[in-house]
Amino acid sequence: MRADLELIYDWVPQGAHVLDLACGDGALLESLARDKNVTGYGLEIDPQGITQCVARGVSVIEHNLDDGLGSFGDRSYDQVIMTQALQALRRPDRMLDEMLRVADEGIITFPNFAYWRHRVYLGLRGYMPVSKSLPHAWYDTPNIHLSTFNDFEQLCREKGLVIVDRAVGVGERRGHWTSKWWPNLFGEIAIFRVRRRER
Amino acid sequence: MPDSDTLAFADRPADSVGLVTPHIAQFDTPLALACGKVLPEYELIYETYGTLNAERSNAVLICHALSGHHHAAGYHSPADRKPGWWDAHIGPGKPIDTNRFFVVSLNNLGGCHGSTGPVSHNPETGRQWGPDFPMVTVSDWVASQARLADHLGIERWAAAVGGSLGGMQVLQWTITYPERVANAVVIAATPRLSAQNIAFNEVARQAIRSDPEFFGGWYAEHDTVPKRGLKLARMVGHITYLSEDAMGSKFGRDLRSEDLSFGFDVEFQVESYLRYQGDTFSTAFDANTYLLMTKALDYFDPAAAADGDLAQALAPAQCPFLIVSFTTDWRFPPARSRELVDALVRAGKAVSYANIESPHGHDAFLLPEPRYEALFSAFMNRTARELGLEETR
Repeated sequence: MRADLELIYDWVPQGAHVLDLACGDGALLESLARDKNVTGYGLEIDPQGITQCVARGVSVIEHNLDDGLGSFGDRSYDQVIMTQALQALRRPDRMLDEMLRVADEGIITFPNFAYWRHRVYLGLRGYMPVSKSLPHAWYDTPNIHLSTFNDFEQLCREKGLVIVDRAVGVGERRGHWTSKWWPNLFGEIAIFRVRRRER
Repeated sequence: MPDSDTLAFADRPADSVGLVTPHIAQFDTPLALACGKVLPEYELIYETYGTLNAERSNAVLICHALSGHHHAAGYHSPADRKPGWWDAHIGPGKPIDTNRFFVVSLNNLGGCHGSTGPVSHNPETGRQWGPDFPMVTVSDWVASQARLADHLGIERWAAAVGGSLGGMQVLQWTITYPERVANAVVIAATPRLSAQNIAFNEVARQAIRSDPEFFGGWYAEHDTVPKRGLKLARMVGHITYLSEDAMGSKFGRDLRSEDLSFGFDVEFQVESYLRYQGDTFSTAFDANTYLLMTKALDYFDPAAAADGDLAQALAPAQCPFLIVSFTTDWRFPPARSRELVDALVRAGKAVSYANIESPHGHDAFLLPEPRYEALFSAFMNRTARELGLEETR
């Protein structure tokens, strides 16, 4: 499994009811259901991903995340997970609101644009970064809202959200000590666990 | 049914179920119908494809749509020009793989292809049932299908599968007999008809009932059939089965001859096509059956029994669902399938949903399409794996 998915796997409690936004081929939901008795649904828009989910026996619903989560009830899930999709949404901020409407806790991962390799690409070479986490050219990328580890923390502060956990992934691995101290510089993938502030 | 590619028996591909013979099951236990009447005895005609395993755990029920019947796959005789209506999806290596599954496909009560219906003999009067045949609903069909399952010794279907009105029967199965359905596939269906759907059905019924040859439904006793009415009914129905784009690309504004004739004979290709479809149907289908089946469509509304709450109505269901819609279907549009999906999610059921890109409108559920095939196969393969089914041949 991808490094960010492994970490998320650990963050999902036994028996939780989850919604996995942009669930891809359903690998995460399948292992969560098999090993941790987790229930729930994946939302996906890619036809191949949907077929792979069905083949695995993962409940998947064809859904465009830009349409919001309107049909899902308030606080009807324990957690909402969204991996590597935030940057492709038309309004990432609104999706964050939606996630914390249907669940108490959200887990979000996205490519950190301030990762040092990306900085080298743009700052020194003068080109839009292309990397493992950002594999597309500028003209055909689905990633229309690139952001950094710091940007996301700022958005959470503005929205009054509590950051329960944060981590970074680098390549296939979880980040090492440098990325713990300077996540905005050394983290390639940003991973956040957020909650609404209790009133 | 729409045009499927004509394929003579001699040229049939290896993934055909080949020659098939219908069977008839007789039922002497009276069936109490939703309308309050009782059918004292009846027959159901059905076909089977594949082999029932020793545990009787590999049976798949096929529920047919408005003008469908029991002949879903294969050929009745080597002279047949066309295979059964869902041959694209049933056969060795196809989504409903007859190497693994034992497929049961019947003609519903009230039908005109061999099951007891308006053209059958009414034992009480000695006449044909005709318009006296009681109104049957989707629930009545499901009850009669359950008896057919008993008759075949099938405790639980590995899957119940249906498109359009067939999908509604599958839905009803999961509500009425949840423990008897291991998986449900509901394609191009809707949890209830819209006012527009009912309106189209009413136009079709009025076309039939206002035909002077209808004789209040007793046309058989006058040695005639309301051909013009049935033809019109089919023509209007057919328009709703195709998408605007499909009709446009198939016919456009093409003329049959080069010049306009400034008259009311057939000029445009689409007129010719609709008339042909209507004519063929008007001699092959029974008018009273058509009236009954459109009413069964109109009446279907499982949520009504739960104060309009579809999730509540679906609470009894136990099986995983696959719901499929098609992007250009405007008869039962994707939004209707999504309504059903949302209700299943609210009810906490296992459900997967895909909206397949297709230019073919409502008819898409009958036609082969790579993504549709892959998805359908994935679900059925998963079903076979879950149930531990092995190849039976």
